[in-house]
Amino acid sequence: MRTFIVWMAGCLVVPLMTTLAMANGWNMPVGVTDVSREVHSLHMTIFWICVVIGVVVFGVMFYSLFRFRHSKGAKPAHFHENTLVEVLWTAVPLLILVGMAVPATATLKKMYDPSDADLDVMITGQQWRWRYEYLGEDVAFTSNLGTSREAISGAEERGEHYLLEVDEPLVLPVGRKVRFLLTSDDVIHSWWVPDLAVKQDTIPGFVNENWVRINEPGIYRGQCAELCGMDHGFMPIVVHAMEGEEFDAWLAERKEAAAQEAQGVDREWSMEELMARGEQSYNAVCASCHQPDGSGNPPAFPALAGNQALMDDRERHIDTVVNGVSGAAMPAFRSTLNPVEIAAVITYERNAWGNDTGDLVQPAEIAERLAD
Amino acid sequence: MSDAREAASRQGVRRTVAKTLFALAGMFLFAFALVPLYDVFCEVTGLNGKTSGSAQALVHEEVDASRMVTVQFVTRGSAGLPWNFEVETRQVRVHPGQSAEVEFAFHNRAETALRGRAVPSVTPPRATPHLRKLACFCFQEQRLEAGERLSAPLVFQLTRDLPEDVNTVTLVYTLYPVTRDEAPLQARATAGKGDEA
Amino acid sequence: MAPKLPLHHPVEQSSTASAGGQASAHAAPPRGLMRWLLTTNHKEIGSLYLIFSLTMFFIGGIFALVVRAELFQPGLQLVVPEFFNQMTTMHGLIMVFGAIMPAFVGLANWMVPLQIGAPDMALPRLNNFSFWLLPVAFTLLLSTLLMPGGGPNFGWTFYAPLSTTYAPPSTTFFILSLHIAGISSILGAINIIATILNLRAPGMRLMDMPLFCWTWLITAFLLIAVMPVLAGVVTMMLMDINFGTSFFNAAGGGDPVLFQHLFWFFGHPEVYIMILPAFGIVSAIIPTFSRKRLFGYASMVYATASIAILSFLVWAHHMFTVGLPLAAELFFMYTTMLIAVPTGVKVFNWIATMFRGSISFEPPMLFALAFVVQFTIGGFSGLMLAISPADFQYHDTYFVVAHFHYVLVPGALFAILAAAYYWLPKWTGHYPNVKLAQWHFWLSVIGVNLTFFPMHFSGLAGMPRRIPDYALQFADFNVASSLGAFLFGASQLLFVLLIIKCVRGGEKAPAKAWEGAEDLEWSVPSPAPLHTFEHPPTFRRDGE
Repeated sequence: MRTFIVWMAGCLVVPLMTTLAMANGWNMPVGVTDVSREVHSLHMTIFWICVVIGVVVFGVMFYSLFRFRHSKGAKPAHFHENTLVEVLWTAVPLLILVGMAVPATATLKKMYDPSDADLDVMITGQQWRWRYEYLGEDVAFTSNLGTSREAISGAEERGEHYLLEVDEPLVLPVGRKVRFLLTSDDVIHSWWVPDLAVKQDTIPGFVNENWVRINEPGIYRGQCAELCGMDHGFMPIVVHAMEGEEFDAWLAERKEAAAQEAQGVDREWSMEELMARGEQSYNAVCASCHQPDGSGNPPAFPALAGNQALMDDRERHIDTVVNGVSGAAMPAFRSTLNPVEIAAVITYERNAWGNDTGDLVQPAEIAERLAD
Repeated sequence: MSDAREAASRQGVRRTVAKTLFALAGMFLFAFALVPLYDVFCEVTGLNGKTSGSAQALVHEEVDASRMVTVQFVTRGSAGLPWNFEVETRQVRVHPGQSAEVEFAFHNRAETALRGRAVPSVTPPRATPHLRKLACFCFQEQRLEAGERLSAPLVFQLTRDLPEDVNTVTLVYTLYPVTRDEAPLQARATAGKGDEA
Repeated sequence: MAPKLPLHHPVEQSSTASAGGQASAHAAPPRGLMRWLLTTNHKEIGSLYLIFSLTMFFIGGIFALVVRAELFQPGLQLVVPEFFNQMTTMHGLIMVFGAIMPAFVGLANWMVPLQIGAPDMALPRLNNFSFWLLPVAFTLLLSTLLMPGGGPNFGWTFYAPLSTTYAPPSTTFFILSLHIAGISSILGAINIIATILNLRAPGMRLMDMPLFCWTWLITAFLLIAVMPVLAGVVTMMLMDINFGTSFFNAAGGGDPVLFQHLFWFFGHPEVYIMILPAFGIVSAIIPTFSRKRLFGYASMVYATASIAILSFLVWAHHMFTVGLPLAAELFFMYTTMLIAVPTGVKVFNWIATMFRGSISFEPPMLFALAFVVQFTIGGFSGLMLAISPADFQYHDTYFVVAHFHYVLVPGALFAILAAAYYWLPKWTGHYPNVKLAQWHFWLSVIGVNLTFFPMHFSGLAGMPRRIPDYALQFADFNVASSLGAFLFGASQLLFVLLIIKCVRGGEKAPAKAWEGAEDLEWSVPSPAPLHTFEHPPTFRRDGE
């Protein structure tokens, strides 16, 4: 009897925990698109079906455990088959499954809606950041983790959006259909924002398609969902959804800013300027592998500090940063950083941490290399 | 255990082992056979947006002037290949049945000769079987001398049986460096892929 | 997870139930290490497998505790992300290939010949070889942790190109160790098939076999079918890494998604390889302690076979987010949902067996009952995961981690523990200490549910799997999971203590150790002598 009471108590704890947890928002978000709402209601429907089946099945089980105890002198019956019952408990679950499959199929078909989009965004996964490209708009940028290393190590207090903040969010318009084209530069990543109910793998060499039509302006956060190496846990996604007009203004501003930055290429930069700009970019994109002090993480990520071979070969240094290394974790930064940033990063790497080569790499030199 | 029974069971064991070994060998080969089978399956169904690796013939059919389909082109570089790779027209509007030509520009910015190969991918996958490539730079690798420029065409046709609800087809080309001298084993094993054709 | 056999085995006995059998010794077997290295006896090899599996269980468990310790609170405190990834990967590989699978093979080695009245396995020397491959494979695998660049860090699913182009240099050794472990499993499977098909006691038809033999027979066929595919996949990886092929490398005309198709073509049946024998165990224990015949024996066999066949048609439900066409999503969603039907039949059969039985709660029964409840919870979350549109949200989150751990830990592992408690009297001649067993059970149940139940919620709230650090809103449930994991891990030490005590002594068990036990293994003395059924027993069908 004692055993039984403990069992019952145990059984009560589980649904109690479930209800409590779900009430506290520990559940799939309803989200802000029609699709995400449907997915959420599908999830809840199936969850409740499972709960009902569970109550019935476990109910019968615990009743039997209680009622037919050996210690209370229960005498076993002798039946060991019953065709009718067996057919029934094969057929009834089958019917329940059909009942589940119907709404699931309908939702899935909606997700595969091929109608025309108002905006195309190319999303490229890269170890360990996201690159967003507004196709046909000449606006492209990289989105890096916005949380500081100090916060991760605990030296600094962790903010509300710890690990779910980026330097540049993906900005999208509300009410318009946005089509995503997803691919990757290196390994497989997965772009996931729960509030949009979009999770799509990015596969190197192949392109996947998905779409979203956001109903409410806001900031929605997500993460890479496919193990992609060392910093898989540190490549968040932030989507900033704004009203159409606001978005158009933002896009125009971005185009303007890109043009401005392009102008910076032509002028002569001083060592101090390049070092300052370089440190900023280095810490945003290079430090996760090569470490803030340039010590690297061999064998995958070579040290930069005191790397004499590299310091002796300025040309190779520039080539590696601009064009990357095939089949290794080193990407081609020509598609991620602009000439000013590339020049600054190389200058920084060649003069920081005691490298002191005194080399200056001007943005104009990089721009010339990239010119067609 | 009686001798007769023992002999019988020993023979049975031998037979069982022979059969399972046969099945094992079969399954191991099957795993490798799945590689080309998968490619064939992809080409037929358009799964994964794989297009045919060799030139296809133009289907002579009446152009469906009532319908316009947008075809987008996206070019991407990759690590280790200092080339510029651009498409001259980012998107074209075509009628199903009509053939169209688009030029792609390559520029080797390096100071040495290099080889590259553009790997195609099409989305939505449902459109893939209806996209016929009559000529494409992606059928073979390109070799460019230092500083050399090349313009190469893609000639394609969307057949009329393209599903009704497909209005936009996107072709993405990723340019990869070719570093090895020999053709990849898989390419050789896969009939009709013609990477090195 | 078995103790060593007593050194002086009572040998030879008649096929009828008798507690005697203390006959004269056979020709003295080699002593010490050589005895274990060279043994061809199914009981000794079974014990070796079980001890090996228990060792791996603790090694894999320590890796899991490293992971859980790091995840105890937000931030990086104990390990760096590279090492964290190696720990998650190694934990998965060791538990799947080193703990769960060898445990089932060990149980099969011990019990299949006893249950079908065979004197030994059909291929005893091969049996020895397939066991000794395992320590080689796993020593090699563990040694990769010490190599430059560290061990495998790409998850136990080792998706290309992370595991090929971007893998650490030790990957070649990882591939080699998987090959060796795979060969071991294949040889084990051949042996089990050959034994079951050819060495059954006269008069015992296939449909008379205990369900443990049936589920193992079907599992062995699954192994024969899919282990070569795994071998093929890792061979392709090896060629991509070392010989310049491009099976999975887009740059050379290959396809990373092909890797996933091949892997899961192996991987999904593999999942059932780890659960079908558990069904067999539970189907033996529940009737014994309900003192009533198993309900729906035939439908149990058919359900097992259906699950095995369906397992080849569902693989892409692991890949709903890779960009499959609508038709493929629908097909794999429907087939996956279908699996719920035969699985449901099994659960209903177990409950119908208990209904109007005469139930007692000995330790094996406790674990078997917990299996039924917790496995069913894992089944429910599996059904939710099958719904493709919802899976876009669940995929690769802690919800999936919760799901498969519910199936594998409170599921498969609890069944293995139940089997150990059930057959320990047969192995050692002593009943396990009941008080200790109850402590072990309750601490395990609390620990395991405290660990894995909250993971459902962290997953639903958006926590991806395989991350070393997480956003602050996931903190509370991770604390619970970590505490549960340490409780569960620590309580397994009780199990080791219990086994040692049980080998050393304890209440003596008769041949038929459990009142309601009916199968053939209970007709030989306890502990089972080294050689049994040298003369085949006469099989008596129930009700005849």
